Amino acid sequence: MKLMETAVEKWSGAIQEVTLGAGADAGGTRTSTIKVGGAAALPFMDFEGVTPNAPVVAMEVWDCEPTDWPAPLREALGDVVKDPAEWARTCVEEYGADAICLKLANTHPDEGNTSPQEAAAVVKAVLAATSVPLIIWGCENDEKDNDVMPVCSQAAAGERCLLGAVTEDNYKTLVAACQADGHSLIGLSPIDINIAKQVNILVSEMGFPLDRMVMYQTTGALGYGIEYTYSIQERGRLAALGADKMMALPVICMVGQEAWRAKEAKATAEEQPTWGNADTRGVYWELATAATLLQAGSDIMVMRHPDAVRALKGVVGNLMK
Amino acid sequence: MNVIGERINGMFTVIGDAISAKDPGPVRDMAIKQLEHGANTLDINVGTRVPKDERAEVMRWLVESVREVTDAPLAIDNPALSTMRVGIEAATKKGPAIINSTTGQEDKLASFMALAHEFSAGIICLAIDENGVAASTDAKLEIGMRSVGAAMDAGVPLEQVYLDPIILPVNCDQAAPGIVLETISQFGMLSDPAPHIVIGLSNLSQGASERPLINRTFLVMAIAAGLDASIHDPLDTGLMNEMITAEMLLNKSIYSNSYLKAHLQSL
Repeated sequence: MKLMETAVEKWSGAIQEVTLGAGADAGGTRTSTIKVGGAAALPFMDFEGVTPNAPVVAMEVWDCEPTDWPAPLREALGDVVKDPAEWARTCVEEYGADAICLKLANTHPDEGNTSPQEAAAVVKAVLAATSVPLIIWGCENDEKDNDVMPVCSQAAAGERCLLGAVTEDNYKTLVAACQADGHSLIGLSPIDINIAKQVNILVSEMGFPLDRMVMYQTTGALGYGIEYTYSIQERGRLAALGADKMMALPVICMVGQEAWRAKEAKATAEEQPTWGNADTRGVYWELATAATLLQAGSDIMVMRHPDAVRALKGVVGNLMK
Repeated sequence: MNVIGERINGMFTVIGDAISAKDPGPVRDMAIKQLEHGANTLDINVGTRVPKDERAEVMRWLVESVREVTDAPLAIDNPALSTMRVGIEAATKKGPAIINSTTGQEDKLASFMALAHEFSAGIICLAIDENGVAASTDAKLEIGMRSVGAAMDAGVPLEQVYLDPIILPVNCDQAAPGIVLETISQFGMLSDPAPHIVIGLSNLSQGASERPLINRTFLVMAIAAGLDASIHDPLDTGLMNEMITAEMLLNKSIYSNSYLKAHLQSL
């Protein structure tokens, strides 16, 4: 006897499928390429529609040693953080990262202020050390990014990397570079769904194809605005499934970056003796942030701690069963 | 909002002349032009210049001409079952179709619903029956209910049913637009899922001055009442912009500074 009828929602739209990385057949050198997006239903509601691609678990790598990262994170990663190529290789080979997100933090004028050529050399080294798709993120200083990113784009031409991020006020340079070198793009908006849509419209008006775009709606960590991120991503996904093509793009979340800024993640045992083991607290904070945002509709999770990566891959595997 | 473009109609000179000359060019051009301007569905009407016994063949020719350039849904606009069958059969060879339309007499409803079921087509049901156009909200709702019942009997899913409350020219009966708005808001409660609600907008301003203004104002009011499909001229950009704005204000689409452009890019 059937006790309860399953309420099944009918959707008219689906998320764009975006391919990350290019193999030899497509003019690149990646041995593993990844499809993200493509979902025709809310996350993991397999009785309502297909979710053809599992969320991607990527790991964040910097172009310089991140000296201000909390001790549990630095200790877990070890000395490899002194060398971006070695760091990236370890993330892929030892921790199972599906992709690498290279953050060019050291190009920032207030940090190392390294040159576009130096940044491009790091990009090439990371590409050579790994065979998975690469995400390249600028230092979020518009002027410097506009100098650095086109050179990095060219250095990685044909690899179908994902470059970010463009904003409502600064998009033309990076769009042109990605167009020329065959990369995909991340559109950034500050937890604002109207601006998110506007960025997508502006970029597509330049003739950039929607199937090479990903949205970054800005990530809020657990306890630090995660509900805002959740609501915006969920509303975007509902609009997309209702056939709003301008919102039907995969979403990237900077989980590690935000989770490890929380005091709950980074406070030492001396500072907060009642908060539990400092070695695992941050890992749980990162994992809880990621697991929550998966339910809102997230396609690329950029993580930091190897244990959180391993655990998240388990969560994704179970949800996709 | 399902915009059913009204411009492929033998009553318009360019289409009437194309029919006489058997020239598919202007028909194809008008199909593409309407789709580019935001039509989701294209109405196909042979008009009254064609003799009655030739209408089925002309309908087939119009549909096939349009199907050469698009597989968008086509609304086959004719009151006769025989012509309707020819049009629906030709249209559904490549894409969806909507029957436009049936009136609410029991036997007519049954035969048109059977056709809709046979071709998995949508169907527009007018608030007209053996007593003529239903004038009051109650009378319109009664025919609406009868139409929904006939659809269920025939196995036509409610997502395929479009109820049309019938809008008459404002200069004939000024109380009618208010009655139609009231009917629209109540049509939505007839069934779950709710049927679609459609109007033939241009009829409202027949013979009136300020036609575009009257059409635009009423369309916005009707959308607020629950209208989700409209037969009108998608080439009237002002009308389309008001429709897009009304839907945005009702939170049916996400606002952005370029929301008007986004609407067309999203099609």
